[in-house]
Amino acid sequence: MAWFKRSKENISPNTLKKELPDGLWEKCPSCNEIIHKKQLETNLWTCQKCSYHFRIGSDEYIKILLDEGSFKEVNRKMRSADPLEFIDTKKYSSRINDTINKLGLYDAIRTGTGKLNKKDVAFGCMDFRFIGGSMGSVVGEKIARLTDTAFKNKIPLIVISASGGARMMEGAFSLMQMAKTSSRLARLSEAKIPYISIVTDPTTGGTTASYAMLGDINIAEPQALIGFAGPRVIRQTIGKDLPEGFQKSEFLLEHGFIDVIVPRKDMKETISNLITILD
Amino acid sequence: MAKTVLDFEKPIVELEAKLEEMRKFSDNLDIEKEIVKIEEKVKILKENIYKELTRWQRVQLARHADRPYTLDYINLMTTNFIELHGDRHFKDDKAIVGGFANLDEHKVLIIGHQKGRDTKTNLYRNFGMPNPEGYRKALRLMKLAEKFNKPVITMLDTPGAFPGLEAEERGQAEAIARNLFEMSKLKVPIIVVIIGEGASGGALGLGVGDRILMLENCWYSVISPESCSSILWRSWEYKEQAAEALKLTAPDLLKQKIIDRIIPEPLGGAHKDHQEAAKMLKGVLKEELSQLIKIKPEKLVENRLEKFGSMGEFIE
Ligand SMILES: [Zn+2]
Repeated sequence: MAWFKRSKENISPNTLKKELPDGLWEKCPSCNEIIHKKQLETNLWTCQKCSYHFRIGSDEYIKILLDEGSFKEVNRKMRSADPLEFIDTKKYSSRINDTINKLGLYDAIRTGTGKLNKKDVAFGCMDFRFIGGSMGSVVGEKIARLTDTAFKNKIPLIVISASGGARMMEGAFSLMQMAKTSSRLARLSEAKIPYISIVTDPTTGGTTASYAMLGDINIAEPQALIGFAGPRVIRQTIGKDLPEGFQKSEFLLEHGFIDVIVPRKDMKETISNLITILD
Repeated sequence: MAKTVLDFEKPIVELEAKLEEMRKFSDNLDIEKEIVKIEEKVKILKENIYKELTRWQRVQLARHADRPYTLDYINLMTTNFIELHGDRHFKDDKAIVGGFANLDEHKVLIIGHQKGRDTKTNLYRNFGMPNPEGYRKALRLMKLAEKFNKPVITMLDTPGAFPGLEAEERGQAEAIARNLFEMSKLKVPIIVVIIGEGASGGALGLGVGDRILMLENCWYSVISPESCSSILWRSWEYKEQAAEALKLTAPDLLKQKIIDRIIPEPLGGAHKDHQEAAKMLKGVLKEELSQLIKIKPEKLVENRLEKFGSMGEFIE
């Protein structure tokens, strides 16, 4: 779960935003271009100068990928039960409550059904903003149920991952969500129903080591960080700096773990083509 | 074998040493009564210490340098073990061992993480931290077991999957994910035993099965107490608190319904008596195997799906 540390290394758009007067401007973290929010939205939250893909949430992906108004969300209010009554420097239950109040999201994934170019799909999208997009019991259960929806209705499954990995505050329960989601995907696969995994920046740890890598087709957005261990841990282990582009989408494609890298503007058409061909 | 003594084991070890000394002189002196008294004292001390172990102390026992490892259990429990090497793609990972063996009347495949005992063997075994080819070797062997209809026993004992550069290049995440996917639909019985450390995805990569058993002094969680401490407390100093918070011991996991059964260890831990520890494990394995082999493959897979499907707690 690397989101705690990473915020210091990569300056997030949120902190930069504050430096700009009216909150209508964003600075591209990659090339420093100042972009108006409206323009950014028109450009699907990518930089028009260097095509950097800004981190976005489920609202944005629903808009980008699904036909307008077609998304029917389920289990929206499912929330963590804090099964371990976990306390570190803060109570996990308070962390959950605060995040829910702040974001209006109940956990790190939203799931439901929708239409993609008029084709029915089971659709799930993670939100990295919710405790680093970490996977606990709620994320696991919602993905499991979504997979069952795809299974029962014989419609393709699409999951967008953005996650720091399994959620520490649910201990072994979080770990078991890897097995839970993977076993449901195995059943879906036996039924020959397509699963398209879309991996976005960043996706690491237990999420990568389960559903994110198990697509019939694994698609990545450009330049996304995708890995098992976080870069900081690897750097500590080997005691050396990591090579340029290590654990980026392009690196994974080169090593054979991603089928195709697709820019956001082409994502909907690409998925649409794939599910038509596989049907 | 070099003896490692943990802090909380010291009072016992000291008393036992004294007892040993007294026994040497007992021929010439009339101290029989004295000896019996101290023997009694040692017994009570042991029972008290091991009854009230903290979670962190259990973690220490799980990592005890004298603890039996996978190959020790294989040697003590089975006959005709033939180790099979390699993933057929890249190389043979020494941090995972596997092969067919006889467990009395049962012909089984046994796979497990393998640690080393000293610096040299630990380097050879990469401290029990597998690379992707380890998981792929394990999967290759499990497919063999499925093909020839032999039950699978896996033994979990790893500080984690290796977080190295080449491990990432060769797809550590994909290798683990693939095992979870394939193990969940393998058409032969799988018994999983946590015999030491069950650290996160690196352990779970061999951990999907029909029965999940755990030796008494082991830990199994999503992260080690040290790493949890460094991330959530931003310091390595809070490992005891992290161990408490993670609720990672066998009794904890039984309560969480993540494991099915705790296998008792000899008093003081499995390292005190390898023979006895292996005997206790073997008894349970045989009992579980005789149950599982009666279940039809389709039912087995269905039950497994349900088992992992029921893990997790949430509010609707
Ligand atoms: Zn830019």
